Amino acid sequence: MDSLWTGTIWPLAVIVFYILLIAVPLMVAMAYLTYAERKIIGAMQLRQGPMTVGPYGLLQPIADGVKLFFKETVIPTGANKIVFVMAPMVTFILALVGWAVIPFGAGIVLADINVGILYLLAISSLGVYGIIMAGWASNSRYAFLGALRSSAQMISYEIAIGLIIISVLITAGSLNLSEIVMAQDGLWYIIPHFPMFMIFMVAILAETNRHPFDLPEDESTLVTGYNVEYSSMTFALFFLGEYMNMILMSAIAVILFLGGWLPPLNIFPLTLIPGPIWFILKVCFVLFCFIWARATLPRYRYDQLMRLGWKILLPFSLLWVVLTSGFLVYFDMLPR
Amino acid sequence: MLALDRVARSFLWQELITGFGLTLKYMFKRKATLNYPYEKGPLSPRFRGEHALRRYPNGEERCIACKLCEAVCPAQAITIESEARADGSRRTTRYDIDMTKCIYCGFCEEACPVDAIVEGPNFEFAAETREELFYNKNKLLANGDRWEREIAQNLAADAPYR
Repeated sequence: MDSLWTGTIWPLAVIVFYILLIAVPLMVAMAYLTYAERKIIGAMQLRQGPMTVGPYGLLQPIADGVKLFFKETVIPTGANKIVFVMAPMVTFILALVGWAVIPFGAGIVLADINVGILYLLAISSLGVYGIIMAGWASNSRYAFLGALRSSAQMISYEIAIGLIIISVLITAGSLNLSEIVMAQDGLWYIIPHFPMFMIFMVAILAETNRHPFDLPEDESTLVTGYNVEYSSMTFALFFLGEYMNMILMSAIAVILFLGGWLPPLNIFPLTLIPGPIWFILKVCFVLFCFIWARATLPRYRYDQLMRLGWKILLPFSLLWVVLTSGFLVYFDMLPR
Repeated sequence: MLALDRVARSFLWQELITGFGLTLKYMFKRKATLNYPYEKGPLSPRFRGEHALRRYPNGEERCIACKLCEAVCPAQAITIESEARADGSRRTTRYDIDMTKCIYCGFCEEACPVDAIVEGPNFEFAAETREELFYNKNKLLANGDRWEREIAQNLAADAPYR
């Protein structure tokens, strides 16, 4: 009896507690990301954004959530019901599980595994399944086209992301996210790998189907893409999943290039601020860039998108891998 | 040289950076929109909104049933019937404006010799049914009583130019 308690139930309860500790603030962050997006884009277009619900419209995400929750879930007659309902869950769960390996501060990580970055790559590759399932199960041509676009786009840009990650890995000498961050103590990788950082930003815009690469949910040609047939909570899960992916990708960008939880300079007043705060600030900055890009750039054409991914980003990041490894070997700076 | 220049610009993301700078600059500019139901923009004294029939300060209605407004109305939205009153003055028995026909041109208030029919500053009179927008004499007089202060101010402000 005692061993059951100490051996199984208690550790399980602790893990569930940690998961909630990560997931619940993330949900709130996600909800307020939609608010921030509307406010920032509004400001950039000289509008005020949501102002009615609560002071400065601050309760708008809650109102939106309640509205979606109380709507009816419509399942089309021609749809494959099981896959149709599973697709948003898959998207949402995959967007959440990535957070297991993200270090928020020194030692503040749910699963400090040594192949963290591989795990993240695997999870983000799986993310495309939710979209394909949604597009297929909806039995609607708009949804199907959206899913096709999305999967092709995500696969194309994942290759560039993989090569960019390789450049970072050979500089850091580890696949463990915490160790990658610690290797950046003193010199963030954004400085030696600046072109890679810019390409990574472009690639994660495409990876999360955001502007200017939001062809899968292109309103003017595909109505809204793979989630056309979804309503109510099933739609909300897609929406949550998309924004959660944005936050996850921003966190990855912060860990790989912006020194994770490390302060910009190791000098006195900056080191006082705890690591997680730095981490959150940097993630917010990257998220702002996401929204900023949405307010600035028009949508790419699909062939332009593919050309950019395969003919520019991929060769350039491959070249950079060669350059980085050549430099490290020649100057004997390979991490041990 | 020109080609080199173009390549350099595209590799340095010159256009992208210009665009991003522009949107960032606009983010801190003054907003062009108002928080409408709580904030409202300024209205000219000549603003042509909801109609009202005015009264003299002693409570007597101004309209003398000359029917100039009915005649000038390009949308034929105004219908007037008149009769002599017991004291011998000519007054309207019916003064209807179909607000769904009205084009808010302001000819009626321009034609009126006694400033009886005016278009007031109120533009928030949306209704849920069509019938509510068929205004009769009582409704117009009530509007006049309700908006008299603003209407009088606007007329006084516009008086030097009439």
